[in-house]
Amino acid sequence: MIRLPDPKADVMARRPEIIAGLAALLPADGLITETIRMKPYETDGLPSYRQMPLAVALPRTTEEVAAVLRFCHQNGVRVIPRGAGTSLSGGALPLADAVVVGLMRMNAILEVDYADRLAVVQAGVTNIGITNAVSADGFFYAPDPSSQLACMIGGNVMMNSGGAHCLKYGVTANNLLGLKFVTIEGEVIDIGGRHLDAAGYDWLGLITGSEGQLGMVTEVTVRILRGPEGARAMLAAFDSIPVAGQAVDAIIGSGIIPVALEFMDRPCIHACEAFAHAGYPLDAEAMLIIEVEGSVAEQDALLDRIRAICAQFNPISMKVAESPEQSLAIWKGRKGAFGAVGRISPDYLCMDGTIPTGELPHVLGRITELSDKHGLKVANVFHAGDGNLHPLIMFDANDPDSFARAEKLGAEILLLCVEVGGCLTGEHGVGIEKRDLMTAQFTPGELNLQRAIKTAFDADWLLNPAKVFPLEGNPAFA
Amino acid sequence: MNTLLPTDEAGVVAAITAAHAAREPLAIEGRGTKRAMLRPVQAARSLSTRLLTGITLYKPSELVISARAGTPIAEIEAALAEKGQQIIAEPPDFRALFGATEGPSLGGITASNLSGPRRITWGAMRDHVLGIRAVRGDGEVFRSGGRVLKNVTGLDLCKLLCGSHGTLGVLTEITFKVLPQPEESATLAVDVADIAAGIRVLSAGLGSPYGVSGAAILLQGSAITALLRLEDFTESVAYRMARLREDLAPLGAARQLDAEQGLATWRAVRDATALGAMPDEAVWRLSLPPSAAPSACAALAGFRLMLDWGGGLIWVAGPATEAAHATVMAAAQAGSFTLFRAPDGLRSAVPVVPAEPAPLAAIAARVKAVMDPEGILNPGRIRL
Repeated sequence: MIRLPDPKADVMARRPEIIAGLAALLPADGLITETIRMKPYETDGLPSYRQMPLAVALPRTTEEVAAVLRFCHQNGVRVIPRGAGTSLSGGALPLADAVVVGLMRMNAILEVDYADRLAVVQAGVTNIGITNAVSADGFFYAPDPSSQLACMIGGNVMMNSGGAHCLKYGVTANNLLGLKFVTIEGEVIDIGGRHLDAAGYDWLGLITGSEGQLGMVTEVTVRILRGPEGARAMLAAFDSIPVAGQAVDAIIGSGIIPVALEFMDRPCIHACEAFAHAGYPLDAEAMLIIEVEGSVAEQDALLDRIRAICAQFNPISMKVAESPEQSLAIWKGRKGAFGAVGRISPDYLCMDGTIPTGELPHVLGRITELSDKHGLKVANVFHAGDGNLHPLIMFDANDPDSFARAEKLGAEILLLCVEVGGCLTGEHGVGIEKRDLMTAQFTPGELNLQRAIKTAFDADWLLNPAKVFPLEGNPAFA
Repeated sequence: MNTLLPTDEAGVVAAITAAHAAREPLAIEGRGTKRAMLRPVQAARSLSTRLLTGITLYKPSELVISARAGTPIAEIEAALAEKGQQIIAEPPDFRALFGATEGPSLGGITASNLSGPRRITWGAMRDHVLGIRAVRGDGEVFRSGGRVLKNVTGLDLCKLLCGSHGTLGVLTEITFKVLPQPEESATLAVDVADIAAGIRVLSAGLGSPYGVSGAAILLQGSAITALLRLEDFTESVAYRMARLREDLAPLGAARQLDAEQGLATWRAVRDATALGAMPDEAVWRLSLPPSAAPSACAALAGFRLMLDWGGGLIWVAGPATEAAHATVMAAAQAGSFTLFRAPDGLRSAVPVVPAEPAPLAAIAARVKAVMDPEGILNPGRIRL
């Protein structure tokens, strides 16, 4: 288990005053303090870690967020920003002496502007909520994390969320124009705006993906894009992982950038097929899902090219969707991958390293060895175009030894990603989960530099402390 | 000016460490092609990364390339072209604008986050930087990001350095994402009556499902032309061009430029030569929401104008006077401005970018103090 810092004794002792102070700043239903009602906030998408907070504030306006942060700053109270609580890295895990500030009540779409191709939304709007608001007019918001039905744009900004389609459309940071940003002192600052590349330092870029370390976001101005005329998927199965990797290289090398290029290994194919009955080939060692966009004729032309490339690598089978329905069927298994694994194992950890794509065969080979060593099964899904690997480690949470082994295996997989030139996290964030692995990717000097940047925003380390940066060597926890 | 010319990162570290100890300000530059941009730096000596050259990693199938900061953009483009790839953000070459004799370096383009027409659809230079190595103002080397396409590990100091104009650190090596060159590029030109009509054409193009990758407006005398570019596989470009022409027919008389004319036109937009700035004129870049462009342009009657990025980027040329600058600043209220080129006197006298609100300026000062404790890196380049 990853260590949480000791609660500040003085804050715990002042809990009644702190609650009274917060209550004065929020409407009657804006503050939750009863244990039973705080239960939903004690964990997030990493449920192995749980901690009841001091209180939960649910502001409805930027002014209320600013007032709560100002109060917490004045009173030395730690703050845990929270969107929908879907973080897979424990980014929204509370601390006993911290106030959770949840954004779920700030869920209004404030403006849609097709002329300037943007939407201004409150931070608690769901990711899919933005696309739903503009899809009737043919537009969409591009980043599509798997949790998009639930996760909120404010959380997406803080974690710089990705998705299956970022090879073409980029991640959250590439699709933002402006933020309403609230500092721990309660100052409200407009970052960026409705225009591209504002002059001066790129605060928008620094804040995006900062995991709640620098401040909170209450409004987001996102770019919306016109959707393609259509999209269609194909499936190609191979009898070896290196050969499937070569096929991926050949597709990219040919000048085609598919809008999605997903890779599943044998355990994952089997789990998904049992769950979704998508018609996946059970004799394959590796399977690719490749999606292209455009008019029907353009889709045909691209899929023909891709099929010809894949054919050079002796595929076991290839299946091109002949209709949008068949595309959905191909995607059904992949999109249900996590649920499918959940069905064959009581619990799983979803890892999120990125590797240079050329290292895939080597890395999957090593993961198999590590999996055998720890006696735990691993299924792999992989955004093959951009190298983002999601090993799903199956374990039993009722068995503490099984969980300990799963955490150890996960850490070893991520260290392997770093060793081959990749990184600890491609889209889930460091959070609590990968905090203590940061020393493998960064030198002490580099970590101290990042800590100093945080200090420039949050001198007292009140914002989402104990995440991202290891406690050891951290002056804030000395 | 006396120029320090380190040949490797260790040389950069040595030079900055010494300057830090002596509290000696340094003008930081790559190949020095944009010296008249932003504010003049008060420094007796400069430090150039022009001798830090060479591509250090290139994996075409992984869409990634790394090069030392002083590597000429042209050298990188040539290496990419051999494998049928290109720099996504279409970095401009402003040698005509600044009277430089050579093209820019990778470090200079990254540190100033300069992007060409493709930015509107495919993102800016800062969107594709995957990793950096840099030297802080106290001589410490640091890295951020890496060499993989998706990476959210730790704070994104790559973006902080992109567009910081050498004031937060000296880039020594940059890794970025590349993409295949399109098989075909085609340009549609639509004659329009005024800028508002031009913006409608650009918005219709960018709001279409055809993946428009360039959207500009040229003003030549009384003629106003809206330009839309398609880049893709040959069969796609043919199909999409036909559809686009059909969709835009109600908005004005449209013609397709021939291939050579199209390439030359987008180069002239990219490098702002199509603005036609006179040697003694100042040049500004305004970034606005496209819908604000018609009124901004109306407020700038008498200035030379050119629009890119769907109308959101307005290039302006006019008298190098404080009065003209005040007019441009007022026209940029809905967004941001940069005094892009001007004589030293004007650049020293006026804000060259908008002021930051006080709480943000306080954060900026603290961040600057972290990155460059003695304030020796390009002091005053962006703001006083």
